Amino acid sequence: MSHVLIVAEHDGRHLNPATAKCVSCAAQIPGARISIAVLGQGSAAIAAAAAALTGVTGVLHVESAANAHPLATVLAPQVAQLARDHAATHVFGPSTTFGKDLMPRVAALLDAPQLSDIMAVESAQQFRRPIYAGNIVLSVDVSGEPLIVGTVRTASFDAAPAGGSACVEAVSLAVPLPAYARFVSLSGATSDRPDLQTARRVVSGGRALGSEENFKLVYELADALGAAVGASRAAVDSGYAPNELQVGQTGKIIAPDLYIALGISGAIQHMTGIKDAKTIVAINKDADAPIFESADLGLVGDLFTILPELRAQLARS
Amino acid sequence: MKRILVGIKRVVDYNVRVRVKPDGSGVATEGAKMSINPFDEIALEEALRIKERGEAQEVVVVSIGTADAQAQLRTALAMGADRAILVQSESAVEPLDAARVLLKLIEREQPFAVLLGKQAIDDDNNQTGQMLAALWDRPQATFASRIELTGDVARVTREVDAGLETIEVDLPAVLTVDLRLNEPRYVKLPDIMKAKKKPLDTLTPADLGVSPRQRVRSTRYDAPAARQKGLVLKDVTELVAALKNRGLV
Repeated sequence: MSHVLIVAEHDGRHLNPATAKCVSCAAQIPGARISIAVLGQGSAAIAAAAAALTGVTGVLHVESAANAHPLATVLAPQVAQLARDHAATHVFGPSTTFGKDLMPRVAALLDAPQLSDIMAVESAQQFRRPIYAGNIVLSVDVSGEPLIVGTVRTASFDAAPAGGSACVEAVSLAVPLPAYARFVSLSGATSDRPDLQTARRVVSGGRALGSEENFKLVYELADALGAAVGASRAAVDSGYAPNELQVGQTGKIIAPDLYIALGISGAIQHMTGIKDAKTIVAINKDADAPIFESADLGLVGDLFTILPELRAQLARS
Repeated sequence: MKRILVGIKRVVDYNVRVRVKPDGSGVATEGAKMSINPFDEIALEEALRIKERGEAQEVVVVSIGTADAQAQLRTALAMGADRAILVQSESAVEPLDAARVLLKLIEREQPFAVLLGKQAIDDDNNQTGQMLAALWDRPQATFASRIELTGDVARVTREVDAGLETIEVDLPAVLTVDLRLNEPRYVKLPDIMKAKKKPLDTLTPADLGVSPRQRVRSTRYDAPAARQKGLVLKDVTELVAALKNRGLV
């Protein structure tokens, strides 16, 4: 029988919704038992949130001052030990920068192959994943491997709902932890806006905004809609928006209900990041922009005329 | 000698739109333009800048792949790498075995830093650097957008989902680089001529005591489900009406 061990992602205060998506992925493995490993400091509430996810059979809670920050060098030996101690057949983490950093290190410690960006589960040993920036979907088979590591493409799975009540088991591990990597600082735009990766609505701006000043129009429309803000690589590279807002192959892969692309041409690398959005709206003055090939609703015209009108009409409705 | 090892992979150029072979048995790459994986090119550029600042004395570039990868190694030499190593393998080498090959080269070359791209744009695995760091039992700093070396410590700014994270790692370490670290230089013609005289050694995984295994079998290649082209609307009023109809606003 399969036993999937999922590494919880959290920021020290809250469980990241990416974890609940990993649970949905794991639940598609027939007959799988699902455990969540919560490694943190002062993380009892996070462990409780993990235990409440439907489908989870147990939470392994490793509380330690060493786990105050998510350093792969520190977390990997602990996750590998948990996988061995609990006879995991699959060790999954989200395909976020947290999981991408950590999981290959875990895989190497366990001498296990890794499948990156799992987008579909065919069986306990057969999966599908995107390659070439999502231009090709690859089916893979790992039959014969007793243990595999995987990162889960979170945009491909809905979050498992709360409502479960798994046991939380406090675990202490006697694993030597290296001190050769140390956390220094984290700087990010803390904002009251919805989180880009989990928001139901996202408004994104591209190069056509033309300046950091003009990019405020993106924020204004987002705020009017209660949406998160995103940006194309071109807008980030031009300094209009901070890097953590980048949507696309090398930024965030998202699946909101509504994605509004303002002045974004729609390069393949950008479309990779939004192909699972339920509705894509494109507003661009170039009628030949490739984004119109994939947009559900398109409007050709000048952003600086359209945006004020759009906001006014939305305010009236 | 203070040495940096840089890994580069030969991949289909990022401007080429790849397609699945009609029978779903693979990716049609015949005749496609091939290049150094763009992230690896950024890793090489960073290593060259570190050397030019006097913080390293030699940049050694390594590729694992077919004999054709010599072309990309020559380009790397033209960019400024001092010498190149091709670990020649006619079959694909999975990330964990690639990490084993690189570890053997580390034992030979004793670099103080290994720089790699964060991922290759063909397999999109994003695994090799982290696996190498684990096997080597050394620190990793992935998604680097800024690297500062001070003595035996690297201070690395990482592009993470929440923003920019800074960590310190003791050297030697594995650093994998992200897009915004630098802009790679263009290769000039005289450098291409000079690169022809630079050493390029060829080894096999077996020479290094590594026997690559195929553990992940690729069984089928498919084109992704395409999105349908939707409606192009006349004006904002129509757009707002369409959004309302769909219950989106």
